[in-house]
Amino acid sequence: MNKDAEIAMHLDHSLSSRGAVIPLEVSNPVFTLDDVSIFYGDYEAIRNVTLPIGKNEITAFIGPSGCGKSTLLRSFNRMNDLILGSHLKGVVAYHGTDIYGPDVDPIEVRRKVGMVFQKPNVFPKSIYENVAYGPKVNGVKGNLDDVVEECLTRAALWGEVKDDLKKSAYALSGGQQQRLVIARCIAVKPEVILMDEPCASLDPIATAKIEDLMVELANDYTIVIVTHNMQQAARVSDRTAFFTAELDENEVRHGRLIEFGRTRELFSSPGDSRTEDYISGRFG
Amino acid sequence: MENQLAGRGTLLRDRVFMWLLFLSLAIGVLTLAILLIYVTVKGWPRLDIRLFTNMPSVRDAENAGAQSAITGTIWVISFTALIALPTGVLAALHLEEFAKPGSRFQRFIEINIQNLAAVPSIVYGILGLAVFARALALGQSVITASLTLALLVLPVIIISTREALRAVPRNIRDGSLALGATEWQTAYRQTLPAAIPGIATGTILALSRAIGEAAPLLLLGAVSFITFNPDGVLSGYTTLPIQIFNWTKESREEFQVLAAATIVVLLLLLLAMNFVAIWIRNRTQKRW
Repeated sequence: MNKDAEIAMHLDHSLSSRGAVIPLEVSNPVFTLDDVSIFYGDYEAIRNVTLPIGKNEITAFIGPSGCGKSTLLRSFNRMNDLILGSHLKGVVAYHGTDIYGPDVDPIEVRRKVGMVFQKPNVFPKSIYENVAYGPKVNGVKGNLDDVVEECLTRAALWGEVKDDLKKSAYALSGGQQQRLVIARCIAVKPEVILMDEPCASLDPIATAKIEDLMVELANDYTIVIVTHNMQQAARVSDRTAFFTAELDENEVRHGRLIEFGRTRELFSSPGDSRTEDYISGRFG
Repeated sequence: MENQLAGRGTLLRDRVFMWLLFLSLAIGVLTLAILLIYVTVKGWPRLDIRLFTNMPSVRDAENAGAQSAITGTIWVISFTALIALPTGVLAALHLEEFAKPGSRFQRFIEINIQNLAAVPSIVYGILGLAVFARALALGQSVITASLTLALLVLPVIIISTREALRAVPRNIRDGSLALGATEWQTAYRQTLPAAIPGIATGTILALSRAIGEAAPLLLLGAVSFITFNPDGVLSGYTTLPIQIFNWTKESREEFQVLAAATIVVLLLLLLAMNFVAIWIRNRTQKRW
């Protein structure tokens, strides 16, 4: 992982007009969000988020339920498009290109930005077919044995399943299924992997394996993870964004970005009292 | 010490209710059993190979069989399936996966399909007579019957296919789309295969309804005696329900026996189809 020194990080401690402590820059951003608000119909789920995502870093989104962090995550690969009535204001730029721009195909976005879901959603097919599915739908022809082996190896699952590739993916345990989903995701060769509470349904041992895997994968991929587990954010992430839901002047709840910074700094010396309250367990 | 856990005994009301439930169940099961036993006993003398090898007759009860009706039923139902299955599945796929949910057009279609499922089969017969037999000049042929029966079962196939598609979890679709699959790839590579068990059972049950239909076919003119097997889609035909109808009209007792034996054949065919449906359902249990 890219560590400390060369990454210039200037926290704007003077508190911006929106009340959020936001960074001025990340040296090599993959994504840059500029004043992003996401709506479901008339309801504004999350408001005015400005945030960079650094390359080959793990960025964690933390915050209480209903603060819009999953909604925000799903905007990175346009999965919110699939929800009727959802729309987005502001700019989500991927290497400088607005992914909501008129010439952008959401399918191409999803090839570059993969996603791992809360509940392991393996396909009702064999282990082999699960991994081979992504390359196949993306037009890769021919023998995929090498791709399958490579991806399962990267996902630290090969040793456990190499003799059972033809077996149904449903025969695997929850933790194995989640690693299979990660293998399936990297088979498409994305640059970014989004993870929406990937360990929410797993036991502590399976969780530890996924966390090790995330740190390992961050050498080659940029990872954004939504988690309810603050220890997890502290253990694996390089940067953390803290969100919360607040009432606005019309007494309507909206998700807001409160603070974003290096994980170590955010946890040891939070710049906002709400962050401090949350990470010390006083609410949420 | 007094037993604090002693129950109040089963209340009379509870017992009466339980018997009521049992009685309701018994009415259905007993009726079916009596019907089966009655036709089997009555048809037993003629329940032999002649039924399958010989052609129908209204004079020679001794040598009459139902071969042309059996082959006719197979011809008609095969083409019904061939027409109704792809049409119904594709229509359901469009409604469930591609149509904009809640649009006025979709609501209109939905209400219509539900109403069509409740239209009496004789009405489909009138439609078939006017459109296929007369307007398209297909006459009294296998294809006219198949097209008419296909229309009859189409709403049932669409409704059961939609149910099966809806039972496929949302996160399977999300997983596929998140890998850069298009909506069409997701539909035919994930959603549709996962829904096949439900589609298969729904279709078989719909076809077993069609196989027992006599009313629309009578209206299409399938009353004449057919003593040959169909040799093409434009060939004349008869089916088991029609043949049964024809024999029960005869006054001689031998033909009543023949009709009963043919009913047994039809019922066995229906039970076999339902058995296949149950077998498919059990073999491919939900895996999520």
